Amino acid sequence: MDIQLEPQAAGRMSGEELKKLHERMKKREKSRRLRKLGARFGVNLIVSVLVILPLLYALSIAFMPSGELFSMEMNLLPKAPTVDNFVQAFAKIPLFRFILNSFLVAGCITIGQIISCSLAAFALSFLDFKGKNVIFMLIMATMMVPGEATIISNYLTVSGWGWLNTYKVLIIPYMTSAMGIFLFRQFYLTFPKSLYEAAKIDGCPNLVFIIKILIPLTKSAIGAMAVYTFINAYNMYMWPLLVTGTEEMRTVQIGISMLNSVDSQSITMVIAGVVMVILPSLLVFILGQKQLIRGMFSGAVKG
Amino acid sequence: MKTVMKMKQRLGAYLFFVPCLTIFALFLFYPFAKTIYLSLYKTDKLGQAKLFVGLGNYAELFTSESFFHSLLVTFIFVAIVVSVSMLLGLITALLVNKNFPGIRVFSTAYALPMAIASSAAALIFEIMLDPTIGIIDKVLGTDINWLHDERYALVCVALLTAWLNSGINYLYFSAGLANIDEAIYERASVDGANEWQKFTRLTLPGLSPILFYTVVVNIILAFQSFGQVKILTEGGPGESTNLIVYSIYRDAFFNFRFGGAAAQSVVLFTMIMILTLIMFKLEKRGVKY
Repeated sequence: MDIQLEPQAAGRMSGEELKKLHERMKKREKSRRLRKLGARFGVNLIVSVLVILPLLYALSIAFMPSGELFSMEMNLLPKAPTVDNFVQAFAKIPLFRFILNSFLVAGCITIGQIISCSLAAFALSFLDFKGKNVIFMLIMATMMVPGEATIISNYLTVSGWGWLNTYKVLIIPYMTSAMGIFLFRQFYLTFPKSLYEAAKIDGCPNLVFIIKILIPLTKSAIGAMAVYTFINAYNMYMWPLLVTGTEEMRTVQIGISMLNSVDSQSITMVIAGVVMVILPSLLVFILGQKQLIRGMFSGAVKG
Repeated sequence: MKTVMKMKQRLGAYLFFVPCLTIFALFLFYPFAKTIYLSLYKTDKLGQAKLFVGLGNYAELFTSESFFHSLLVTFIFVAIVVSVSMLLGLITALLVNKNFPGIRVFSTAYALPMAIASSAAALIFEIMLDPTIGIIDKVLGTDINWLHDERYALVCVALLTAWLNSGINYLYFSAGLANIDEAIYERASVDGANEWQKFTRLTLPGLSPILFYTVVVNIILAFQSFGQVKILTEGGPGESTNLIVYSIYRDAFFNFRFGGAAAQSVVLFTMIMILTLIMFKLEKRGVKY
């Protein structure tokens, strides 16, 4: 900057002086950059801690002896950390059963959605038939109907069928999704049609084409959808609340919130349970995050 | 012969839709029609349509103060949730827009709320907002019973929801930012633009294609909030957090007024449909791609 501002001064400088100045500017630039980096890091540190503060606080309470929580003092961290709450939670709450139920339900929903969505998306992208647009519009229109608007009728229907309090009632209604079909279709449309035609000429049946060629080629989309669907299914609340009645059938989210009404002395135990319940979905998310982002946004948003 | 083959092929194409359309038919189209049907009837306690009342349930809704209050509360709630969670998502996405050491940890933290269940989050917030042991009152030095005070309950539930939804917004905005060409920023720097100018003139317009999509998704998401209301406030205190989905739930499963609840469901559906259509229209007119 200085050099540009005073060209005459620069002209009068000896070579050595110029070199020194250059060095100094470089140093200054470097420290400026470092400061900027430091500031960026600092701001991010503060904001990210704020964002996950409720989780950190829950973790802290989960390790707190029950007596410590009930005090008027500031008690951010447990003074005498204990795992007692976790032991109690597993002993008094059928946590294992809840988690198992949720994994079973979320797992089946995820697999079901991947199958039903890839089948439909395949036909929409590679096959020609009458009414293709109508079917596509019909599927897309389902996105406009919020599940909450049909939940009463659905409840009445499944209770009429005697499906209440079963696994199938938790799984089957969620076995497909318009978003999944749309996502897969966006991916399939990026493949040249000749890919399909070549396979057809080689006598490759449609199903084999899907399993052997399409699915391996769309791993990232499938991964993204699997992570997203699994987490959402695991976290489902309203439907399981309505259709499960007994403790053995409850999913984690219902099971854990039913404990809410027990005596206040066990708050730390409930929070320990909450931490155990959040953990699997966090793990799935952290492990699958890269997949999720790559798959969801390379196809869907760019459109 | 050839036409028979073709016919077979065509029929084959429809088979691929059997799984998804069966499920949509049973659990979406049919209940949707049934909801409209129920909304025209008075029902018994088991939800059987008993007495045709035409638009009677709707007339009852639109003359009921409680329903308008529920709508008002829902709109306030949606406005808070959408603005706060989108702002949080945008800020966090901007914070990690440039590469630096540790970026992956931070970006995981910002997206994390999307993995948390509304019920689990509600249980944590319940402790945090508790008037005797809650950390919020301790930090602020206040003595407010947040969830049992009509003035604060709705805002608390809305902020919790905004927090939950901020994770997915962070992802949307990150994707949007990644799509903006870096070169335009360099050119702007050369032209002497400051950071704020770059943000308003380049970043925001650059985000406009996904902004529309994000707003729609956010509104729909916010409308559907249920778990946190059920656990934290059950619609109260007074009816201050009686969001429309909770109101539907309460009318159907506590008051056994399935007809009235169905009518509210139809209103909910209509609102979301209109919102979606308006957004589509605005998008066609305003946003440049």
